[in-house]
Amino acid sequence: MADTHAETVLFVRDTMLPQQEPPLSTVGPVGWARTNLFSGWLNTIITIVALLFVINLIAHLLPWFISGTWNATSLNDCREMMAAVGNEQGGACWGVIRERWPQLMFGFYPAELYWRPVLVLVLLFVALAPILFADRTPTRMLGFTAVFPFLGAWLLWGGTIWNPITALLGFVVGYVVFSLVSKVVNAGVSLFVAVVASVIWWTTLAGYVVLGLSAIAPLAIASVQSREFGGFLLSITIGVTAIMFSLPIGILLALGRRSHLPLVKALCVGFIEFIRGVPLITLLFVASTLLNIFLPPGTNFDIILRVMIMTTLFASAYMAEVVRGGLAALGKGQYEGADSLGLDYWQAQRLIIMPQALKISIPGIVSTFIGVFKDTTLVSIISMFDPLGLANAIRADASWNGIYWELFIFIGAIFFIFCFSMSRYSMYLERKLQTGHR
Amino acid sequence: MTDTAFDTTPAIDPAALKVSDEVAIEISNMNKWYGSFHVLRDIDLTVHRGERIVIAGPSGSGKSTMIRCINRLEEHQSGKIIVDGTELTSDLKNIDKIRSEVGMCFQHFNLFPHLTILENCTLAPIWVRKTPKKEAVETAMHFLEKVKIPDQANKYPGQLSGGQQQRVAIARSLCMKPRIMLFDEPTSALDPEMIKEVLDTMIELAQEGMTMICVTHEMGFARQVANRVIFMDQGQIVEQNEPEEFFNNPRSERTKLFLSQILGH
Amino acid sequence: MTTLTDPPAESFKLSMLVYDTRYRSITFQILALVAVLLLFGWLTMNTAQNLNDLGKEPSFSFLGESAGYDINQRLIDYSSQSTHLRAAFVGLLNTLLVAAMGCATATVIGVIVGVLRLSGNWLVARLMTVYVEMFRNVPVLMWIVLCMAILIEAMPPPSAFRGDDPDATMKLFDSVAITNRGVYIPEPLFSRSLGDFHVGAAFDVSINLIAILIVLGASIFVARGIARRADAKQEATGLRPRTWHTRLAVIVLPTVVLLAILGFHLGYPELKGFNFAGGTYMRNSLIALWLALSLYTAAFIAEIVRAGILAISSGQTEAAAALGLRNNRIMSLVVLPQAMRVIIPPLISQYLNLTKNSSLAIAVGYMDITGTLMGITLNQTGRELETVLLGMLVYLAISLIISGVMNWYNNRVKLVER
Repeated sequence: MADTHAETVLFVRDTMLPQQEPPLSTVGPVGWARTNLFSGWLNTIITIVALLFVINLIAHLLPWFISGTWNATSLNDCREMMAAVGNEQGGACWGVIRERWPQLMFGFYPAELYWRPVLVLVLLFVALAPILFADRTPTRMLGFTAVFPFLGAWLLWGGTIWNPITALLGFVVGYVVFSLVSKVVNAGVSLFVAVVASVIWWTTLAGYVVLGLSAIAPLAIASVQSREFGGFLLSITIGVTAIMFSLPIGILLALGRRSHLPLVKALCVGFIEFIRGVPLITLLFVASTLLNIFLPPGTNFDIILRVMIMTTLFASAYMAEVVRGGLAALGKGQYEGADSLGLDYWQAQRLIIMPQALKISIPGIVSTFIGVFKDTTLVSIISMFDPLGLANAIRADASWNGIYWELFIFIGAIFFIFCFSMSRYSMYLERKLQTGHR
Repeated sequence: MTDTAFDTTPAIDPAALKVSDEVAIEISNMNKWYGSFHVLRDIDLTVHRGERIVIAGPSGSGKSTMIRCINRLEEHQSGKIIVDGTELTSDLKNIDKIRSEVGMCFQHFNLFPHLTILENCTLAPIWVRKTPKKEAVETAMHFLEKVKIPDQANKYPGQLSGGQQQRVAIARSLCMKPRIMLFDEPTSALDPEMIKEVLDTMIELAQEGMTMICVTHEMGFARQVANRVIFMDQGQIVEQNEPEEFFNNPRSERTKLFLSQILGH
Repeated sequence: MTTLTDPPAESFKLSMLVYDTRYRSITFQILALVAVLLLFGWLTMNTAQNLNDLGKEPSFSFLGESAGYDINQRLIDYSSQSTHLRAAFVGLLNTLLVAAMGCATATVIGVIVGVLRLSGNWLVARLMTVYVEMFRNVPVLMWIVLCMAILIEAMPPPSAFRGDDPDATMKLFDSVAITNRGVYIPEPLFSRSLGDFHVGAAFDVSINLIAILIVLGASIFVARGIARRADAKQEATGLRPRTWHTRLAVIVLPTVVLLAILGFHLGYPELKGFNFAGGTYMRNSLIALWLALSLYTAAFIAEIVRAGILAISSGQTEAAAALGLRNNRIMSLVVLPQAMRVIIPPLISQYLNLTKNSSLAIAVGYMDITGTLMGITLNQTGRELETVLLGMLVYLAISLIISGVMNWYNNRVKLVER
C-alpha cells in the first residue's frame, strides 16, 4: 500500500546524519539539577525549603557533635568544661560513652572475660559465612555452623565443657535412633521416635553423663551468671537465638497451617493467631512471672532462657505467616510435578517446595529478623539490662542525671547499623537469586 | 489447527509398533465426583503394553482428570484402577510404587525452576530410586541427548524456550525409566513452531515401544502414532476406535460434531 | 455423595494406620491431639500444684476490690476507691485513646512521606528515605524513651512561663503551653450545655457530644444523598452537576449552628500559681508515646503507600490517558481504587502493630491496660495468672476485631474483582 505514495515523493538519503550532542540543559550536573531539583516553580520552592531545613539542621547539630568533650566524668563536669572553653551553645558530653561503653556492650559481664563474648561474636560471623555467602565458602564450614550454638553458649556462660558436648550428643543420639528405626518404619514415625529419644537423653541421662565426665576430666572455664549479662551482649544473645530457632519452627507452623488435616491446621492457626494477637510484652510478662508456675514445682530456670523461649515463640508465629505467604505464591504445578515423580511429602517439601518458597519469602524473613532484634529491647521492661535498660540506669545515676541525646544516639546508631545492614543484605540476596535463575 | 505440524515428519515404521497381550493398565467401572458434580462416569479401559492411546474431547470432558487418576494426582471414588498389576488403593506404598513406574508430562511442564535442567532430571532417580549420583547423571545425560538438548544441562528452566522445557520434562520422566507415560495436553501451552519438536520427541518414544496415553488436540499426531483414539464427552468414553476409522468414519453424533469443529476450518 | 471405594478386600492390618491414606490422616491427628492434650494436662497439673503450694486459688474476685491507686490520665471518672475492674477499663480506654491518636497521625505522616519518597525532587525523596530508614531500623521503645526524655529534660518548667519577661512562651496564639510536665491545650466548653447522660452508675456521656455526632451524621447522610442525585443525573444526561459547594455547606452549616446554640467556646490554659490551670492537660507520657508511635509507624506506612502506588503499573495510567481521561480522573477512577486494594490490608495490620506497641506505655508510665491491669493491679494483688491472662485476652479481642475488619475489607474487594 505504500507503493503509490513512494512514487510521488521519491527520496533517497545519500549521506547519513551524524549523531549530535543533546542540548546542554538536559545533560551533566546542570541538566540533572534541572530535572531533579528545579523542574517547575513548585519543585523549586520545595527544594529551597528542604535545603534550608538541611542546612539549619547541620548548622545546629555539627558544632554540638564536634565540639563535645570526651573527658568529662559527670554531666556537671561536662558543663563546666564547656563553659571553660567558652562554648555558649553547649556541646555533646561524649564522656558518658567513653566511661560507660563497656557496660553498654557487655553489661556486668566480668571485665577480664570480655574476650569470650568478643570471640563468640567473631565465631558467629564465621558460622554465618557459609549461610550468608553460600557460593563463596566451602560447604565443609557448615559443620562449624552446626557446632557453633553449643560452642557459643559454652563460651558465654562458661562452666564445664561436658555440658555443650552432651547437649550435642543428644542430636547424635537422635540421628542414630532415626537411622536405625527408619529401616523398619517410615520417615515420619522414625523422626518422632528419634525426637523422643533425644528428649529422654537431654532430660534424664545427660545430667548423669555430665557429672560422670566432669569427675573424670574436669575441663571447665569460669562460669558467668545470667544476671551478669547485659547491654548489646544480651540483645544479640537473645536476638540470635530467637532468629535461629524461629525459622525452623515457623516453617513447621506454616506447613501445619496449610495441612489438609483439620486438627493440625486448627492447632497451628490457633497458636499463630494467639501469638500474633498479643503484644510481645505480655509474653515477656509470662516469661518473667508465669513460666515458673506452669513448670513442675521446684524448676527455676534461667530468666534469659525463659525470655529466649518466649521471644522464639513470638518470632515463630510471625515467621510462619511469612513462610505461608511464600508457599501460597507457589503454583499447584510444583506439587503435582513432585508427586508425579514419586517424591513423598517431606522429600517434596525439602527438595522442591521449601527452596522456592523460602526464596520468595526472603524479604519478609529478614524483616521479621530485624523486628525480633529490635524487640529484644523490650526486656528492659521486665528489669533486664539490655542497652535501653542500662541507659535508664545511667540516666538515674547521680553523675549523669539529665543526659539523653548522647546515650540514645550511641545506642540507636548501633541498632541502626545492625538492622540496616540486615535489610541491605536481604536486598543483595534477592537480586543475586533473581539473576541466578533467569 | 493440527495437521500442518506433521507434513514433514517421516512416516513411522509400523513393524516397530507392536502391541503385546500383556495388560498395562486396567480401569474398570471407575467413577469420580467433584462435590456433587459427576466428572467421570463408569470408565472402563484396558491398555496393553506398547499401546499408544490418544484421548480427545471437548474441554471439561474429563480427559485430564482421567489420566490424572492413573497416578493418583486425583483420587477416584469408586471402581478399580490396576496399573502394572498393582491396584491403586489408598495404600501409600502402592501409590508410591505406581508413581515411580508411571511418568507424566504436564501442560505447563511443571519443571522445578530453582534446579538446573540436569538437577531436574536426576532429582527423582536419586531420592526415589536411590540411584548413585554418578549413575543418575549418566542416565540423565543420555535422555537429554535423546531429546536433543544435552548442551542446556546446566541452565535453569527459565532460560529455555517452551518447547525445550517440555522436552526436558519428558526427559525428566524418562530418567525414572517408567513403563508407562502419560501426557496431559503437552503441546497446548506452546507456540506453534515449538509444537513439532515436542511431537517429534513423542513419536520417537512411541517407536521405541513405550506405552503412552496422550490427552491432546493434535489430530495429526493421533492419526500417525496412535493405535487407538478415545473420544470422551461429559465424563464418559463415547467412542473408541482405530485412528483411520475414527477420523474417516465416526459413528456417534457427538464425535462427528467435535471432529467437524476441530478439523473443519 | 455416598459412594466410596469398595470395602478393603484384605483384612485390617496395623500398618494400614500409617500407610493407608484413609486412616493415615486420622492416625496423625489423634497423635497430635494426644500430644497437645498431654502437654496441656501437664501444664495444668503443674500450675495447680504450684498455686496450691503458694496458697493461691485462681479467682477473679480481686477485680471487684478497691484498687487503691490513682490514675492520672483518664477519660472517665476514677478514684483510688474505684475497683480494679474500673482501673482496667480506664487503662483499656487509654490504650484505645493513644492507639486512635497514633493511627490517625501515623496515617497522615505516612501518606505524605510515602508520596514524597516518590517525588521527582531528588532532595526531598532522599530526605524522606533518611526518615524512613532512621525510624524503621531503631527500636520503637528507644524512640518512646527518647521522646519522653526530650519532653522532660528539654522543655521549660511551668515556672519559666511566669514573670514579665518569661523564658518560655505559649505557642499558637497563646493557646498551647508545652512544659516539662505535659502539654496544655484548649478544651471545648459549652456555655449552654445539655448536661451529661448517665449510663447506669458507671459512666457519664456528654449529651453535647451525642447531639453534635447526630447532627454531623445526619448532614453527611444528606450530603451523600446529594452526591447520589448527581450520579443519577450524570447517568441520565451525561452531564454532572457541580455539587461540592452545596455538599460542603450541608455538612458544615448545621454543625456550626448547633455549636453556636450550645455556646461553644474554647477554655484556654492559664498560668495560676506554679502551674497551669484550665484547658485539657495531656501528660508527657501520653505525648511521648503518641509522638514516638506515630513517627515510627509512619515510616512503615510510608513504605506501604509507596509500594502500593508503585504496584500500579504505568500501563494503567497510560491506558487511562490514551482514553482521554484527565489527570485527576485517572487518579480517582483508575489508580487509587487499585492502589487502595494493595495498601489497605497491610495498613490495617500496621494499625494492629501500633495498638500492640502501645503496650510499651509502661516504659514511660502511661497508664494503659498493661500499666493498670498487668502493672499495678498485678503487683498489688499478686494475681499474676489472672491479670496476665485477662490482659492477653483484651489484646486478643482488639486484634481479632481489627483483623475481622481487614477480612471484611479483603472479601469486599475480592468480590469487586470478579
